[in-house]
Amino acid sequence: MSEKFDLIVVGAGPAGTSCAFTAAKNGLKVLLIERGEFPGSKNVMGGILYRKQLEEIIPEFWKEAPIERPVVEQRFWFLDKESMVTTSYKGLEWGKEPYNNFTVLRAKFDKWFADKAVEQGALLINETVVTECIVEDGKVVGVRTDRPDGEVYADVVVLADGVNSLLAKQLGFHKEWKPNEVALTVMEVLKLPPKTINERFNVQDNQGVSVEMFGDATHGLLGTGFLYTNKDSINVGVGTTLSSMIKHKLKPHELLEHVKNHPMIQPYVEGGESQEYLAHLIPEGGYNTVPKLVGDGVIVTGDAAQFVNAIHREGSNMAMSSGKIAAETVMKAKETGDFSERSLDSYRTEIYDSFIGKDLKKYKDAAHTFEENPQYFKEYVPMMNQAMNTFFTVDGTPKWEKQKKIMKKMTAGRGKIGFAKDMYRAWKAVK
Amino acid sequence: MNILVCIKQVPDTKIIKVNPKTNTLDRSSAPAILNPYDAHAVQEAVRLRGEHGGKVIVLSMGPPTARMAIRKCVEIGADEGYLISDRRFAGADTLATSYALYKAIEKLQKQEGIDLVLCGKHAIDGDTGQTGPGIARRLEIPPITNVIKVDEINTESGEMKVRRKIENGYEVIKTTIPSLLTVEKEMNEVAYSPMPNMMRAARYEPTVWTVDDLDDVDIKQLGLKGSPTIVGRMWPPEKSSGAEMIEGTTKEQVDRLLSVTLEKRELFGVKGGGKA
Repeated sequence: MSEKFDLIVVGAGPAGTSCAFTAAKNGLKVLLIERGEFPGSKNVMGGILYRKQLEEIIPEFWKEAPIERPVVEQRFWFLDKESMVTTSYKGLEWGKEPYNNFTVLRAKFDKWFADKAVEQGALLINETVVTECIVEDGKVVGVRTDRPDGEVYADVVVLADGVNSLLAKQLGFHKEWKPNEVALTVMEVLKLPPKTINERFNVQDNQGVSVEMFGDATHGLLGTGFLYTNKDSINVGVGTTLSSMIKHKLKPHELLEHVKNHPMIQPYVEGGESQEYLAHLIPEGGYNTVPKLVGDGVIVTGDAAQFVNAIHREGSNMAMSSGKIAAETVMKAKETGDFSERSLDSYRTEIYDSFIGKDLKKYKDAAHTFEENPQYFKEYVPMMNQAMNTFFTVDGTPKWEKQKKIMKKMTAGRGKIGFAKDMYRAWKAVK
Repeated sequence: MNILVCIKQVPDTKIIKVNPKTNTLDRSSAPAILNPYDAHAVQEAVRLRGEHGGKVIVLSMGPPTARMAIRKCVEIGADEGYLISDRRFAGADTLATSYALYKAIEKLQKQEGIDLVLCGKHAIDGDTGQTGPGIARRLEIPPITNVIKVDEINTESGEMKVRRKIENGYEVIKTTIPSLLTVEKEMNEVAYSPMPNMMRAARYEPTVWTVDDLDDVDIKQLGLKGSPTIVGRMWPPEKSSGAEMIEGTTKEQVDRLLSVTLEKRELFGVKGGGKA
């Protein structure tokens, strides 16, 4: 029989690598299988890495990890066609240890992270696709890969195979995601001299900015555009639910072109030389779409488990925490030698007791509310812009008259009661 | 029959950038890979081992990171890997490189016995194709370059027959064992490695030798000192021009394309070994 491991982890993204790292560090015999040429070669995210959850795995990681810039300013832009209302927070304490979050390029970061797991003793195999879990007597006992003599065995298999998680689907843990449960994000990495980035975003070297854009960035559809600063490049991207794209017949590349050519965005990206063009699905079904997480000899983590908080664009941190919890669960099970669903079920309880479960629950209706009520992005964002325009345009109209006019405009479409209802509904969805 | 394969880690020239001022390769701009021709050489060695037994040993000169290229060879099926790595080897041209590799092969010859040496036809970062023949000359064995097929190996008579790619086809050459062959891509398809090879490779640590591990080395023949090559000037190749655009209705385009194909048959010659 071929070699047997304590743990096989499928997928070397944030979830899988965290799991492999934690388990290997604690003496487990771990095999980490990645389909890409190297970890990170196929992985995509907007580019924000949160400090806290990785720090729990590798203390002071920022001293050696290939991070781009610590984010010192978060901007929010509410875009209309030729205007925007903005709000932001800039804090220089975010530019000092221990930092808040960072911009990263996944191709570099994931490779570094996986190398760390290898240093701890995990065996990393690249360019290998796991085609199915090997199930014996209803229990997952290993995986089958697409390579000759490709079967490998383990006490537990952790699935960190990303948003589509064909493996969890094969096991019947979830059905094919519906188009409103996933978002499609397209992005481009544009090379710009650091000096230009610093000038355009009003920062210094080693200070980064994240910009989230609502409203016209997505033609008023549920979703966001974003701009993140790397060392010598910027990430510009846009994402919306697959259902919106289908319904409005949007082509992803056209949406990205629209964002890049938007008069509010164009000056920031101008002259950038395209280095990478990426597209990826993001699981955004939230709390209600979390699949079955545990089976006999198997645990599901990260994107595969729909652990994404779309409202706060958090995902990689949830992935890392879930990977770590999965590893700890396997370590506990190893002590008793019981790898059944019942024994591994503490993973599920721990996830739901952690910020992952709590945050997903908090926003469980948010996506649905905003998707079903398109007025938020489509009508209120332009209204905000018009209100600001009306209020600040000096044309001899007394200010109190302007206020009246604005209130009238705000409530014109849906009436005062409709407006109040919309505000209440939005508050309820995110409270 | 023990087969030694000389391999090199190279930057992936498909995506490498050229410094516009100096016209040199910006090696940091591309990931390091196993020279593609070398992969075919290792694959052929693995095939021959299947037929004739023995071991497949790979040898490389390079920085410590060249371990990765050796691991790639283990994935393909190599049994052992040796890396000669030392600052004193650095800056070597093909003359100094072939000397250093020759010294290592000499040692392996004593240690293991080598019956055949394979190399890629050239490394994609330099395209010189001189290191293989340089090694053969020093080992005093026949070099056969641009080999596309090993037809026959007779270990009893100590002879082998190989096909060598030439301009308009191929020639069959009978040579003695040991010989040194440099391998073309047409030699084989590099197989998708089995899982046990992948796991062995991921754990594999090649033997690393410094200059001091080799016997009777003439230091003057190593590295920059042993390299008489002087790069006089570098410039990008002229861009070819004068392409003819075929336009018109579909029928006109097809007719024109057919007549061009007939007039300029030499442009459509099949790669060596096939019918023209």
